[in-house]
Amino acid sequence: MTNDGFHGQNGVFAYAPAPESRSVVDIAPSYGLFIDGEFREAADGKVFKTLAPASEEVLSEVAQAGAADVDAAVAAARKAFTGWSALPGAERAKYLFRIARVIQERSRELAVLETLDNGKPIKESRDADLPLVAAHFFYYAGWADKLDHAGFGPAPRPVGVAGQVIPWNFPLLMLAWKIAPALACGNTVVLKPAETTPLSALFFADICRQAGLPRGVVNILTGDGATGAELVGHDGIDKVAFTGSTAVGKEIARTVAGTGKRLTLELGGKGANIVFDDAPIDQAVEGIVGGIFFNQGQVCCAGSRLLVQESIHDELLDALKRRLTTLRVGDPLDKNTDVGAINSAEQLARITELAEAGEAEGAERWSAPCELPSNGYWFAPTLFLGVSQAHRVAREEIFGPVLSVLTFRTPDEAVAKANNTPYGLSAGVWTEKGSRILAMAGRLRAGVVWANTFNKFDPTSPFGGYRESGFGREGGRHGLEAYLEH
Amino acid sequence: MPPSAAPALPDVTASDQALRRFLHGLPGVDAVGLDARAAALGTRSIKTTAKAYAIDLAISMIDLTTLEGADTPGKVRSLCAKGRNPDPSDRTAPSPAAICVYPDMVRVAKESLAGTDIQVASVATAFPAGRASREVKIADVREAVAAGADEIDMVIDRGAFLSGRYLKVFEEIAAVRECCERPSGGAARLKVIFENGELATYDNVRRASWLAMLAGADFIKTSTGKVAVNATPPNTLVMLEAVRDFRASTGRQVGVKPAGGIRTTKDAIKYLVMVNETLGDDWLSPRWFRFGASGLLNDLLMQRQKLSSGRYSGPDYVTVD
Repeated sequence: MTNDGFHGQNGVFAYAPAPESRSVVDIAPSYGLFIDGEFREAADGKVFKTLAPASEEVLSEVAQAGAADVDAAVAAARKAFTGWSALPGAERAKYLFRIARVIQERSRELAVLETLDNGKPIKESRDADLPLVAAHFFYYAGWADKLDHAGFGPAPRPVGVAGQVIPWNFPLLMLAWKIAPALACGNTVVLKPAETTPLSALFFADICRQAGLPRGVVNILTGDGATGAELVGHDGIDKVAFTGSTAVGKEIARTVAGTGKRLTLELGGKGANIVFDDAPIDQAVEGIVGGIFFNQGQVCCAGSRLLVQESIHDELLDALKRRLTTLRVGDPLDKNTDVGAINSAEQLARITELAEAGEAEGAERWSAPCELPSNGYWFAPTLFLGVSQAHRVAREEIFGPVLSVLTFRTPDEAVAKANNTPYGLSAGVWTEKGSRILAMAGRLRAGVVWANTFNKFDPTSPFGGYRESGFGREGGRHGLEAYLEH
Repeated sequence: MPPSAAPALPDVTASDQALRRFLHGLPGVDAVGLDARAAALGTRSIKTTAKAYAIDLAISMIDLTTLEGADTPGKVRSLCAKGRNPDPSDRTAPSPAAICVYPDMVRVAKESLAGTDIQVASVATAFPAGRASREVKIADVREAVAAGADEIDMVIDRGAFLSGRYLKVFEEIAAVRECCERPSGGAARLKVIFENGELATYDNVRRASWLAMLAGADFIKTSTGKVAVNATPPNTLVMLEAVRDFRASTGRQVGVKPAGGIRTTKDAIKYLVMVNETLGDDWLSPRWFRFGASGLLNDLLMQRQKLSSGRYSGPDYVTVD
């Protein structure tokens, strides 16, 4: 091209580093268990370390709860239940509103903390996780004095003490999904955050104190899978709520079977993102990217299978690849980072193993060129092209930034392939034709079907799965049911 | 140089029906998704060296504009002087790409800018409403070109577009395109203004983009700056996607000019981020991207002074022209 003597620069618009400050969060060198409104060491004095996955730096040391600690936490929750459940709903609501406001006030601090401990980009913890956490508490605060009118009988009662075990992908958000409805309905809780991301739950314990929440209503036990097993197997709890892997969910179901405990499970998924040839292509590309690379793909409802109509396969894949080259992978605290670190060495190993299986089984692997940091746990955003239903990368949940691309020819074939999975958590449909959206949504066996969008969450909207993706719903009016006797 | 006015895809412009089928066959735009994408790009954090780069780039992309009934030769000369020397306190500040005026002011601007690379852009075709006969519009363009305009900013016939007479719009753009040719050789570059605020839907913006590019536009431009809704990040993003897709299918590169409502450095940088992440380096030059603005330049200059001096000055430390 000629340059008409333009004085403009022709160069590269390279973004300078824009790191969010770490100084807004003060992480103590060690944390105890939060039982009966106090932090205390584990009875047997055991501790474990929590790392920043982006750098492998040790962030803090936290207590490893054992059987005696679970006893103590459950006893504290039981004791608190009497008073808490007797409070008028409007009084409970005041505490929840207060918690929500404190979360908003401290959201920058909590976002940085979440990013450090989890590895997710600050952009996401700041713009997605924290606003949703506050919104969830606000939403269920509003229900606390309206339970008589929620459709679960004239005077539904709380279940009792809930034992809740949450995963590491959205540590504080999953805590909110569990604790907000439980408290609104008058239950007390013992919650175990994931082993690799305990910190935000411990900060939440501090927020409970700041909000003046009565002692014992919320108890936080940090620990590993053994702690979780102690908690869900404990005789003193009335209800188990678990979000995590299908394998652990099955184990919990076996433990709980026959005990009379109520159970909800939110497990894995292998969501199909279905793009028809009349889709809004540019927005579909964004939806595909958001569906699988949001939170490094470590999302139970991720759109990890792209089902694209054969007639637009090449066009869509070209657009998708072009878009992936603009993804910025790296320091999660940089405000311009789009894809952060994988949460743990263990998870990285699992993603790596499945990606290798994908290659070995003959799918074509493609990654955007990107430099990965030398420390920490990283996996470049990856596509697998030419995947068939028989490949492991089409069947198993990878829980990482890996998208399997399959094709279909007709709506029937799309439905058949989308439903051909033991899971049933999420699906997406992309088409400009409204009637097709409705027809597809009715035929897809998934708890959530998104139309012309993906990975959109709102506290008013119920969320949950079919079959190996679990049962029970969280969010919305439906989310109250798990925490009410009726 | 811009290629000839021959349509890039001759079949689709053969008749009104063919053109309609083609334009309505373009992928739809999901408004919610588009708005979300534009907003997400707006959260990029551009600091230090990147900000300095972006500020100078933005200044060099401005079409410094005065389009008022009250314009006088004196006003136009003073704007041209501003273009020659945007920041008297710092001669390293780049000049804007062009001065944009009404046709009757082209000669004044041309004289004032003699010896510089600054282009003179003229609005034409009964700007801003475009409500005149084709003869009048053509005469308007001829006058501007004869007076020496380097660039012509025409408006499309929104009435014809909204009533589905796409071929009429197409032919008018093509006719104006021809009038941009100079007898001496070469041609004024043609910017085609849609008035997105009147087209109202993003689907229409995408269709207008393709229509104008097929008819030979060198640039597509959001708006006149004279209606309530002018350039917005999402309606500009649709146009960026259109020029990207148009080059991919025809090989011809077309520029984009958002105009109206872009007043701050922060706004300008959001647009540059959109260009960078939608189109890349190829469009990051004043040859392919412009800002139609009047107040923006001073805000950019104030931010530029702040970066170099470390403190904010104030509106009296930049010239008001």
